[in-house]
Amino acid sequence: MSEHVASGPPHVHHMDAKTAYSAAKLGMWLFLATEILLFGGLFAGFAIYRWQYLSEFAHASEHLNWKMGALNTAILIFSSYAVVLGVDAAQHGENKKVKKWMLVTLLCGCGFLVVKFFEYKSKYEHGLFPGTVDHITNIAFNSPEFNAQYKMFFGLYYCMTGLHALHVIIGMGIIFWIYLLAKKNRFSTDYYTPVEVGGLYWHLIDLIWIYLFPLLYLVG
Amino acid sequence: MAEGKNYLNHETTIWSWLTTVDHKRIGLMYLFTISCFFIAGGVAAILMRLELAKAGGDLVAPDVYNVLFTLHGAIMIFLFIVPGIPATLGNFLIPLMIGAKDVAFPKLNLLSYYIYLVGAIMALLAIIPVDWISAWLPEFLTNFLTWLGLSGPADTGWTFYAPYSLETGSSVIWMTGAAFVLGFSSILTGLNFIVTIHKLRAPGMSWDRLPVFIWASYATAVIQTLATPIVGISLLLLIMERVFGVGIFNPDLGGDPVLYQHFFWFYSHPVVYIMVLPAFGVVGEIIPVFSRKPLFGYKAICYATLAIAVFGFIVWAHHMFTSGLSNASAFYFSLATFTVAVPTAVKVFNWVSTMYKGSISFDTPMLYAMGFVFLFMVAGTTGIYLATLAVDVFYHDTYFVVAHFHYTIQGGAVIGLIAGLHFWFPKITGKMYNEVAGKIGWVLVFFGFNLTFLPQFVLGMNGMPRRYYDYPPEFEWLHTLSTIGALINGIGYSFALLNMLYAFIWGKKIAPRNPYKSLSLEWDTQSPPIHENFEETPTVTDYPYAYGVPVKEAV
Ligand SMILES: [Cu+2]
Repeated sequence: MSEHVASGPPHVHHMDAKTAYSAAKLGMWLFLATEILLFGGLFAGFAIYRWQYLSEFAHASEHLNWKMGALNTAILIFSSYAVVLGVDAAQHGENKKVKKWMLVTLLCGCGFLVVKFFEYKSKYEHGLFPGTVDHITNIAFNSPEFNAQYKMFFGLYYCMTGLHALHVIIGMGIIFWIYLLAKKNRFSTDYYTPVEVGGLYWHLIDLIWIYLFPLLYLVG
Repeated sequence: MAEGKNYLNHETTIWSWLTTVDHKRIGLMYLFTISCFFIAGGVAAILMRLELAKAGGDLVAPDVYNVLFTLHGAIMIFLFIVPGIPATLGNFLIPLMIGAKDVAFPKLNLLSYYIYLVGAIMALLAIIPVDWISAWLPEFLTNFLTWLGLSGPADTGWTFYAPYSLETGSSVIWMTGAAFVLGFSSILTGLNFIVTIHKLRAPGMSWDRLPVFIWASYATAVIQTLATPIVGISLLLLIMERVFGVGIFNPDLGGDPVLYQHFFWFYSHPVVYIMVLPAFGVVGEIIPVFSRKPLFGYKAICYATLAIAVFGFIVWAHHMFTSGLSNASAFYFSLATFTVAVPTAVKVFNWVSTMYKGSISFDTPMLYAMGFVFLFMVAGTTGIYLATLAVDVFYHDTYFVVAHFHYTIQGGAVIGLIAGLHFWFPKITGKMYNEVAGKIGWVLVFFGFNLTFLPQFVLGMNGMPRRYYDYPPEFEWLHTLSTIGALINGIGYSFALLNMLYAFIWGKKIAPRNPYKSLSLEWDTQSPPIHENFEETPTVTDYPYAYGVPVKEAV
């Protein structure tokens, strides 16, 4: 018995396939706009305090390991490349290739998180983290050179990179979902919407990091 | 006409409602839920007014009073009026008015309803008075609530201003968390509507044939999508501050509480237009129908709608004239705020011109619409006072602001919602409410509302600050008047809502297909509409306000 291959776009009762595709794309672009504005608040806050506490922020920034940041930048840029190849494969209906490139993207995501974990860990060991719970306050920022502006820098650092890491995790969930769809051979020359809009989301995650990296690690 | 299958009776199980992706049903579920919160917020308001009826404390303790105004503000804004018209009438009407079968993303629509519910539950948790009731609770429950970070009901006011919101012992985290989640729901609704209006218009439904309600919903959706993320990140930072002591807004840690105000008002000024723009749309639909005249200046109204949405983003710091703005930026924000008056006035003149020499019938929806125009005019003109730098320094944080705000939001958004509910009641339910009862409700609401808030203008001008628990005796008679007005107002709303609820459930009077002889597309299908909205996709040939030319045959 031949394997049943579901092909073509899934049936939606309220619009034709072409409209569904362009609606999904417009929806994702709008959602990306909201994401940029969400991070925009953090960027604005960072800009204001960096301008206000210029030299303190520059000093605090030296505690970050730019090599690890650069490694993560490379990983994410490569993952975006993998996603592009995945989208291209989906547009040609090559589900096997989609699977492969989604796996590569997932691995990149994991790699990024591992590097991030070691970065956070070394900060933690140096007491460079905020905290209000009693047993943490005792070790948080316990060195006398860590003044209020240091705390502010690292507060923003954790908020920005933490929110970004959360997005990486959500993005990996989406990429995994695309992987599962590709495994079921769902993509064809006339249906590849999830790969394309999911890919857009992943590119945004990459893009935000590309702004975070120089801002936090490099600008001294 | 209401015989046969429609969206209400084609499936009837509770489960079919809870899992529906039909925009009409989701609109009704929103309507039911936000009505519950309207009642809750109203009860808080009445309790507050009762406390203020006489000088001195006589009903509740001062800290309970702080909780009451926080509850009233947070519930009414985040749980009632922000979802308000878009989530209820917008959900129901947008696809019908543009000739679509549903919104662009029906499942996302249902998801945003459930996200709203999660936010609502978080807000409810945030008002549990844990320390007051712990004496009657089993210990493990108290421990569990404390472990969740719940202490006492939030008492910061709906604005959550730092640094007080960073220091108070109440459940601020849960309340701000709730506002964050509700904002997410609002973003998803707005995004859905933008895509729907762009992509799903029926053949012939060009942008210059769109009903003004659609224009208003579109502008609202843009604000929902673009302004809400900013308040989202500010509330998130506030939570981070409380949990981890990050220090962005905390002056003790080198942060700046004024920055919080900037972030907050960058959203919370535009949010006023999320509340009131859809009401403009509702009124724009009602007035031409009951004046039997084409809508005056259709294009001007559409452009004014967009202009208000754009201007709304560049005036936020007029809430901060007393918070330490530089002279230059205070000057700018004052001037920019004045410019908002231009497109708003364009609208008011257009509505009045539509009525001019029309053949007006004073049915309940029209009474509410005309009431809206009057109340909104008062709101707009008093807004000019508050935009004026020198005057605002005096009026800031007085009852003048409270009165102005309520003329805008209750007189505008809530009255607009009630007007729309009456107008589309036959469309939604297929029945007619009792017209006499509807009119009585309107008289009570209109009279009660003015009696509540006109005295508050006078109070504010005489220097009575907002959010105060007590006041000197010379303010007493005005406060007493205001409280009497609030009671009448509350009775009026109850009357109007019960009238509609009664007609919906027990009403016998079946509505004709198009009782008001509107030319708009949503009346082209049966009432209540069938599950798929239209038997076949309609084709549109004209804009919907060509009154005075022969009316389409009402079936
Ligand atoms: Cu404002």
